[in-house]
Amino acid sequence: MSILVDKNTRLLVQGFTGSQATLHSEQSIEYGTNIVGGVTPGKGGQTHLGVPVFNSVHEAVEEVQPNASIIFVPAKFCKDSILEAADAEIKLIICITEGVPTLDMLVVKKRVDELGITLIGPNCPGIITPGEAKLGIMPGSIHLEGSVGIISRSGTLTYEAVKQTSDLGLGQSTCVGIGGDPIPGTSFIDVLKMMESDDQTKAIVMVGEIGGTAEEEAAEFIKNNISKPVISYIAGQTAPAGKRMGHAGAIIAGGKGTAADKIKKLEESGVHIAENLLQIGKKTKEVLNQF
Amino acid sequence: MNLHEYQGKELFAKFGLPVSKNRVIASADDAVDACRDIGGDKWVVKAQVHAGGRGKAGGVKLVSTPEEAMEFANHWLGKRLITYQTDSNGQLVNSILVEECTDIAKELYLSAVVDRGTQRIVFIGSSEGGVNIEEVAENTPEKIIYEPIDPLTGPMDFQSRKISKVLGLDGEQSKQFSKMLPQLTDLFVTHDLSLLEINPLVITQGGKLHCLDAKINIDSNAVYRQPEIQAMHDPSQEDPRESEAALNDLSYVSLDGNIGCMVNGAGLAMGTMDTIKYFDGSPANFLDVGGTATQDRVSKAFKLILADPEVRVVLVNIFGGIVRCDLIAEGILAAIKEVGVSIPVVVRLEGNNADIGSNILAESSAEIVSLNNLEDAAKKAVELSK
Repeated sequence: MSILVDKNTRLLVQGFTGSQATLHSEQSIEYGTNIVGGVTPGKGGQTHLGVPVFNSVHEAVEEVQPNASIIFVPAKFCKDSILEAADAEIKLIICITEGVPTLDMLVVKKRVDELGITLIGPNCPGIITPGEAKLGIMPGSIHLEGSVGIISRSGTLTYEAVKQTSDLGLGQSTCVGIGGDPIPGTSFIDVLKMMESDDQTKAIVMVGEIGGTAEEEAAEFIKNNISKPVISYIAGQTAPAGKRMGHAGAIIAGGKGTAADKIKKLEESGVHIAENLLQIGKKTKEVLNQF
Repeated sequence: MNLHEYQGKELFAKFGLPVSKNRVIASADDAVDACRDIGGDKWVVKAQVHAGGRGKAGGVKLVSTPEEAMEFANHWLGKRLITYQTDSNGQLVNSILVEECTDIAKELYLSAVVDRGTQRIVFIGSSEGGVNIEEVAENTPEKIIYEPIDPLTGPMDFQSRKISKVLGLDGEQSKQFSKMLPQLTDLFVTHDLSLLEINPLVITQGGKLHCLDAKINIDSNAVYRQPEIQAMHDPSQEDPRESEAALNDLSYVSLDGNIGCMVNGAGLAMGTMDTIKYFDGSPANFLDVGGTATQDRVSKAFKLILADPEVRVVLVNIFGGIVRCDLIAEGILAAIKEVGVSIPVVVRLEGNNADIGSNILAESSAEIVSLNNLEDAAKKAVELSK
């Protein structure tokens, strides 16, 4: 078992014919993902990477019945593309694009919540269930089918956690990059719930970073609702206050959102802390051995 | 992106909010005319920088003659104002706001932010104004109201009444506030704000609400669709290297150490800084080359790092997801050739095409230490920085 995606996932790619979408779709197909079509308005009727291109998500739904969509369109079109996929009743939407205006996300988030849709991202690497399907931009080769569920606000830090758990032979059940924006479609808590009820997941690695209080809220949730061991690493222990560290959401504002506060709260909730990013794998193995 | 107080007040005025009659001057010669235009016999002169705490640092003054205003402008224009919110270099003053004097009966606090928890625009109001709001929140939380705005309904009158009660407004002032709340929301949404703060919002001796200060931040993801705001951008208020980086679409933050960092991904960039610190080194910067790094951008990133005279060694840490490591390797070599690097470069490549990338580096004549794992690479960089 896994969460969100598996071999049966029928994936649609929005912004399909662009260079980034093409590169990553090729890699996803190579990994075994079932891409059933793509959307680029104005290019409907063409064939790209061996599958049909449609002018709209609705046309694609009618013709090839996707049940998930991945979005690569430029930031200024993301609001429209996400809402289009939602309107076409696609229940899992992954938005890779970075730079979506926050006020667009306030509207989008309210709408997808009303419709009961799972939106992952924006500004994220996507989701992968090793050995089953890759819906994202992560390098497939570092993954290994296994028992660790990984949730992260950062793409490249997810890859670190993946590489380390693969090297130690633990492998991953599903990895979800929730993205580095202030208003993510899916929160740590949403994914924690799914991983708690997934049989394949034996331990959960949660990679957080400075800014906001998502980790603190997750800590509270873990304390009361998660029976599986949770290992966490928080990036930005040396970040100065008041500066945005790349991600739109990574800022210590008004003394709130520091790594130290998050680590304290997580520790109090029984989460195992990897002090350094180099220790994520080792710590996970150590914790799993105790269980 | 941040705005100056005078720019914030221009926007306030445009949306119908009460601000003082004012003039902005960039030359002390204009101070006397500015005071005469405004009229009256007392003025407030305020140095315009992107930082709070100006009053305590001497950057705000009440003057009673136009000549005094000129003196103030003469003193501050072209100088740097250091406040508790700036670094030790302070911020350059290149304009002065001259305002008519407001007689204050009471100081209040009002702000609006995009709240990550409720995922709404939230107004924050307090009867305690002119002070640090974080302290009020800590010590007397009952004096603060948080009122989220539903994007479907916009601000409602009942919400305005709720906030008015906490602010301690009388009937007339509450009526005035019920007009201001939609105006402020309209401003927030129209211009893609991430923060709007009026500290203090005052009640004048005449019993009217009045915006005495204006702090506005714009969502940098949305600046592309805000031409009016783009024109307000003042690069003199930013770290020159950070501005240069932004122009090249790189994310860079200047720090105090001597190990230059070039990393792909914001999270890993922070993680790399933490790792350097963990091995007793000190990072010189945060730099995310981003997901679609081209050879050109990598070269620019390199030049940016090397422009910092403190940097003794550069640590390149790339985990290739979107970015292909062979591309990064070529970028590093091109930049080293172009810039003429005389300090050691430690490179760690992992992920997409990492082998090809490492081979490119190994086969080059450049003096590069290429290591496969981050622990060795970080230790090596720290060793070379000592």
